[in-house]
Amino acid sequence: MTSPLQKKIKIHGPSVVTANRTSDGVVIWRTADHGWSTDLDDAAIVRDGETARALLTEATADDVGAVGPYIAPVTIADNGTVLPGNLREQIRNTGVTIELPAQV
Amino acid sequence: MPLVKNGAVVADDFITVADDAQLPGDAPALISATRFLADPEALIGRNSPLGVIWPNNRNIAELAPWADRLALIALVFPTFRDGRAHSQARLLRERYGFRGELRATGQVLRDQFTFLVRNGFDAFDAKKPSDAAAFNEATHRYTEFYQPTGDGHLSALQLRKQRHKVAAG
Amino acid sequence: MYAYDEIDRAIVSERVDEFRDQVRRRLSGELTEDEFKSLRLMNGVYLQLHAYMFRVAIPYGTLSSAQLRKLAHVARTYDRGYGHFTTRQNIQFNWIALKDLPDALADLAEVGIHAMQTSGNCTRNVTADQWAGVVPGEIEDARVWAEILRQHTALHPEFSFLPRKFKFAITASDHDRAAIKIHDVGLRLRKNDAGETGFEVLVGGGLGRSPFIGKTIKPFVRGRDILSYVEAILRVYNQYGRRDNIYKARIKILVHELGIDKFAAEVEEEWKQIAEGPLTLDDEMIEDIRARFIYPDYAKLSDSPEELTKAKADPAFAMWLDNSAAPHKQPGYAIVTLSLKPVGGPPGDATAEQMDAIADLADKYSFGEIRVGHEQNLALPHVAKRDLPALWAALDKIGVATPNINHVSDIIACPGLDYCSLANARSIPIAQELSRRFADPATGRLIGRLHINISGCINACGHHHVGHIGILGVEKNDQEVYQITIGGRADEEAKLGELIGPAVPYDQVADVIEDIVEAYLALRERPEELFVDTVKRLGVEPFKERVYATR
Repeated sequence: MTSPLQKKIKIHGPSVVTANRTSDGVVIWRTADHGWSTDLDDAAIVRDGETARALLTEATADDVGAVGPYIAPVTIADNGTVLPGNLREQIRNTGVTIELPAQV
Repeated sequence: MPLVKNGAVVADDFITVADDAQLPGDAPALISATRFLADPEALIGRNSPLGVIWPNNRNIAELAPWADRLALIALVFPTFRDGRAHSQARLLRERYGFRGELRATGQVLRDQFTFLVRNGFDAFDAKKPSDAAAFNEATHRYTEFYQPTGDGHLSALQLRKQRHKVAAG
Repeated sequence: MYAYDEIDRAIVSERVDEFRDQVRRRLSGELTEDEFKSLRLMNGVYLQLHAYMFRVAIPYGTLSSAQLRKLAHVARTYDRGYGHFTTRQNIQFNWIALKDLPDALADLAEVGIHAMQTSGNCTRNVTADQWAGVVPGEIEDARVWAEILRQHTALHPEFSFLPRKFKFAITASDHDRAAIKIHDVGLRLRKNDAGETGFEVLVGGGLGRSPFIGKTIKPFVRGRDILSYVEAILRVYNQYGRRDNIYKARIKILVHELGIDKFAAEVEEEWKQIAEGPLTLDDEMIEDIRARFIYPDYAKLSDSPEELTKAKADPAFAMWLDNSAAPHKQPGYAIVTLSLKPVGGPPGDATAEQMDAIADLADKYSFGEIRVGHEQNLALPHVAKRDLPALWAALDKIGVATPNINHVSDIIACPGLDYCSLANARSIPIAQELSRRFADPATGRLIGRLHINISGCINACGHHHVGHIGILGVEKNDQEVYQITIGGRADEEAKLGELIGPAVPYDQVADVIEDIVEAYLALRERPEELFVDTVKRLGVEPFKERVYATR
């Protein structure tokens, strides 16, 4: 199987690298200082395929700390806020779109 | 890849010989199924023990006629998730009466050891040294089994029945 | 319910220790994620969008009150206070941390519950009719055989790394509540002419990307031979099932590609070699399992007690009774279904508080036993009819007495994109909106039996193919759209639904479903003709015309 890292990476617009934390599964984003954050605002933003590949390569190397890193699209609001680029990423960022049963 | 037999890491007596290489004169040799099947009678008639690496996508029944004269059969796990060789092992042991060394090769990890032993393997090409070292611990984790296999353990159903008999005196 | 003996307890607790060691090795980096993934899946641990998801087996849908309380404890201690009952008699916890999992498993093991093989490419939880053992007219209690199969398939050394997942379901009634025709192996208990108990064996059913209805591979296999016969099926599958393409790896594809006759011949040949071997069951072995099932000591009670007659004067009670209580084989008792489909709620979810309360009610009114059905509802299987009014009041108080069983708002839905990493679209909000549209119980009654099944992706955990109305969420240009099928069913006349027209966007799904239901009400010959029968009689066209005419 070809690893995604060996394929040419194409991104359309600003992107981040995201994964889930190994110990508890919490959503995390790769930061510019080679770590992870649970806050999308801290994520390193990449804008071209080569930088995206470098960030993903570095993230994938942390197999102990993170599970299943991948490149996800984001949009940048006028005020600079980073927003998830699709519904799936929005749900990962802000949680389920329904009320949780235990809160009803 | 440390080889585990009888619970300990041992040296491999067999020399794995490529299809285009000369067989050693008087040393145990491990060859491919293709090479073996090209001239089985001649190969099996050598003076030294012979082993065959059998791929997991080839019917193991083809090897059955020589099962009693082979010293070693190596079955292959290309990844540990590909479980075909588990069936091949049981057939060799339980149907075709193979009594030689049955070796698990490929991606062989600690977490399969119990299954492998239950299916009749007695030699393990462990992928990781740490797994090889943990062989005894891993294969003694389970004390009860639900299924009967050729490994001699009574299944839960058989064991319960036996206990009733004892209880009934 | 089945009470574990020391052998069962040893195996489950040894499995917990093994998994604890596997988690330790994963967290320390000794195991890579690639290696660990299969191992965690084989113990019911997925990684979803927000967290790990933990799927616990409820074999053949039978729980004791102590077990249900322990599930509530897990929800409260390690998760966010609720659990989700699935279409395969499992419960899922959505927010559990990997590091806590070994402790949660150890807690569950105390009451004889495990998560073995609730995922992964192995034999999965063995499911059965949730009314087994209590419903009138069944051949015998299917759960005894389900337990024999559960044990045989648990940690099977040969079949733990199959080409793909493998699911068994068993029924012993003419009316199939276990959906056996959409399982890899479906077993229907029957008697042969000599009066021996055995099984009609079906193989190759399944939903997902390539849905198939199971076919009969052998009309009668004696009970004593069932393990060897199943072993033969699994051995043929393990060796010849495709491993080159995950979408073609299920046994249904092998059966389809070989043809049922060729596949049956392969199995027969293998079976000949192992029949009459160590897998043959004898009466003593079967009795041994049967004897570990605890059957209630029913009282001799009136079948129409005064308490019940009086209470029927309350129309709300009468409506619930008519909808949610079913006949029991024992006079004076009823099987009561608890709706986990409240108006506006996520289908199949129960809070820890509800689980605890239901466990208490089971102790008080149902000999401490609870059942879980594939429709994502619970049941109390042995309720004295005279207790029904009091039970209803108590169930209503905790929100599980919605009188909508088998009605349009009794929706099956997978977790969908709100939770699931495989999903393309959301399922739960669609179900919630539909349940609000059809909130009036009188409307549900007017419509009659109508199953809506929703899946958020082609993997079909919500069984959309076999819903009377099936809704499949797909993603198109980054938008959620939904394909709608009608005429499917999952019972003894199992059938795949037919597409009614182009996919519709998220916010139009409920409107379209309302139109379909209105079309049915206009098209049905008489009130007794069920939705699925009207579709059968008329085909998809008249529905398509009415629904899409104005769109």
